[in-house]
Amino acid sequence: MPISRRSIVGGAIAASGLLAAPAIAQGAPLKIGLMLPFSGTFAALGESIASAFEMHVKELGGKMGGRVVELIRVDDESDPAKAPANVNGLIGRSKVEALVGTVHSGVVMALVQAAREAEMPLIIPNAGNVAATRDLCAPSIFRSSFSNWQPAYGMGKALAAKGVKKAAWVTWDYAAGKESGDGFGDGLRSGGAELTKVLTVPFPETNFQPLLAQLPGLGVEAVGSFFAGGGAIQFVKDYAAAGLRDKLPLCGSGFLTEGVLKPQGAAAEGLQTALHYGDGIDNPKNLAFRAAFKTHANRDADVYAVQGYDAAQMLGIGLAATKGDATAIKDFAAAIRNAKIDSPRGAFTISASHNPVQTIWLREAKNGENRVIGTAAAALADPGTGCKMT
Amino acid sequence: MGGFLVQILNGLQYGLLLFLISSGLTLIFGVMGVINLAHGSLYMIGAYLTYVVAGATGEFWLALPAAVIGGLVLGAVLERILFQRFRHRDHLDQVLLTFALILLFEEARAALIDNQFHAVQVPPVLDFSVPVMGGFAYSAYRLVVLAICLAVAACMVAFVERTRLGASIRAAAENPEMVDLLGIDARLIHTLVFAAGTALAMLAGALAAPLQSVYPGMGDGFLILSFIVVVIGGLGSIAGAFWAALLVGLIDTLGKVYVPQLAGIAVCGLMALVLLWRPTGLFSRA
Repeated sequence: MPISRRSIVGGAIAASGLLAAPAIAQGAPLKIGLMLPFSGTFAALGESIASAFEMHVKELGGKMGGRVVELIRVDDESDPAKAPANVNGLIGRSKVEALVGTVHSGVVMALVQAAREAEMPLIIPNAGNVAATRDLCAPSIFRSSFSNWQPAYGMGKALAAKGVKKAAWVTWDYAAGKESGDGFGDGLRSGGAELTKVLTVPFPETNFQPLLAQLPGLGVEAVGSFFAGGGAIQFVKDYAAAGLRDKLPLCGSGFLTEGVLKPQGAAAEGLQTALHYGDGIDNPKNLAFRAAFKTHANRDADVYAVQGYDAAQMLGIGLAATKGDATAIKDFAAAIRNAKIDSPRGAFTISASHNPVQTIWLREAKNGENRVIGTAAAALADPGTGCKMT
Repeated sequence: MGGFLVQILNGLQYGLLLFLISSGLTLIFGVMGVINLAHGSLYMIGAYLTYVVAGATGEFWLALPAAVIGGLVLGAVLERILFQRFRHRDHLDQVLLTFALILLFEEARAALIDNQFHAVQVPPVLDFSVPVMGGFAYSAYRLVVLAICLAVAACMVAFVERTRLGASIRAAAENPEMVDLLGIDARLIHTLVFAAGTALAMLAGALAAPLQSVYPGMGDGFLILSFIVVVIGGLGSIAGAFWAALLVGLIDTLGKVYVPQLAGIAVCGLMALVLLWRPTGLFSRA
């Protein structure tokens, strides 16, 4: 069990901002807590988000709403058990005025809880659990990424548009898998098709054989799935090895092939997925972003970098409207709600429940890239069921 | 019907892998009386060793002898330095020792490699599928693993039941003092058994790496299933471990397919039933 590796690195951005332009007295710096996984399974995701966030702060001259920004990084280790302590540390000891985080759906609940209680701005740069912008929505909480429901809805809709009438959903037995399955079903139904079977394996098991062997007998025409990371690698490989690719086309929420195409190799070639980002989106904003990120972080941008960048954009817009006052939630929220976020994924707006209203792209895996081949669902908003802003 | 037969095949294949792991556990338990909670970590070490060896040399097949030899050495060292001293201590001390080993192995893995999930590629010669039935194909590698597990099982049963050394091991399991009196070196037998058990667990990890990927804590689930196999089969019985592993593999697989709501407890239910019927396990000599 890793000992708590709490690394607090502050001031880097503030310092670089100050170097660029001589310091003018601005009062106290604006402290923003970046609570992300910097170790463990999701470390690469956390690093992408943090780098892109920093990049946009730099683009703003190191300031938001006129105040010098100081970023405080905390490694949440994707450990829900440590989440409340980490959040309390940021608010209580480090005295942050705004929160950004995180990747893991369980850990984000502690951030949501704290942001609701303290009425503090929170931008969620990844975790897609629907509750954060449904039952637990709040004026100060925004998401710059997606709800689990969205990409899978796009995939279901695209599948129905292709003429598929019956499909099955395969996933891990946990919240993200279930919420994606709901989206997939809604998407299929929107095009007159139906979701006839949902199969699950316990999280994070990778013995998929018993599940795969059931698929040929289901009488469906296609299989959709949600797996991520290592599970996605193994599932796609096992699916191909079981000889199912030709009989039952596999598709999924974009995470099935995100960042794992190389180890999946030929097994993933031609696989279609839906996500709010992909390779080959050639709007000028995306091209500029990818070039800038490459210089800034010394590697290629991914969907997580886009989400981190947009989190910084949203926070910047909200704080600019309040002149750096992070407690003026009403104006802060109104500014973001009315903004059009100029994202590398394509410009998007924010729904009444504070989730992006965005295009879900249909992508196809080819030569190690998830090439965008069309639109799965345009201007798609999460239903936001149960959200009551107070 | 085809679907059912495929699931039987899945269950057998899973069970045979389980046998490789639990055979070492049952020998160590039966001969030395040591509860080794770190057995699942040994499985994980075998899988990570495969990831490293196959990655560095590009040759998956080198990983199998590396896992066996590495397992023999690691097992012998652990036995001589630690487990020998804990043989006559009570089970709580052994649990503490082996739990500490789990933490040490996990930290070592995090420090030496990382905390990521890694895929291990199937060896290129076996990277094709063989159609079985019900519109379902089996990867050639999976079939080879099945054959290797069967061969190892046959060798072990032959060795333990037919050879002189095997007879000494069985004797040491039942009556260590008498073995000493007869002039057989029980210490050597203990080292041997522990080394062999470790090598088996690491071989299982190596074989499983391309099938299940390599990730932190990957041995935890197998550890629990292995203990269930050992208890059902009877402590120290290789034949018991074999049949119990197949039974557990089948029940677990079929449970997941036909009664997914009960998949988690199906195997535990089986263990409870067996314990009611034969409290010392199916193949216990006691």
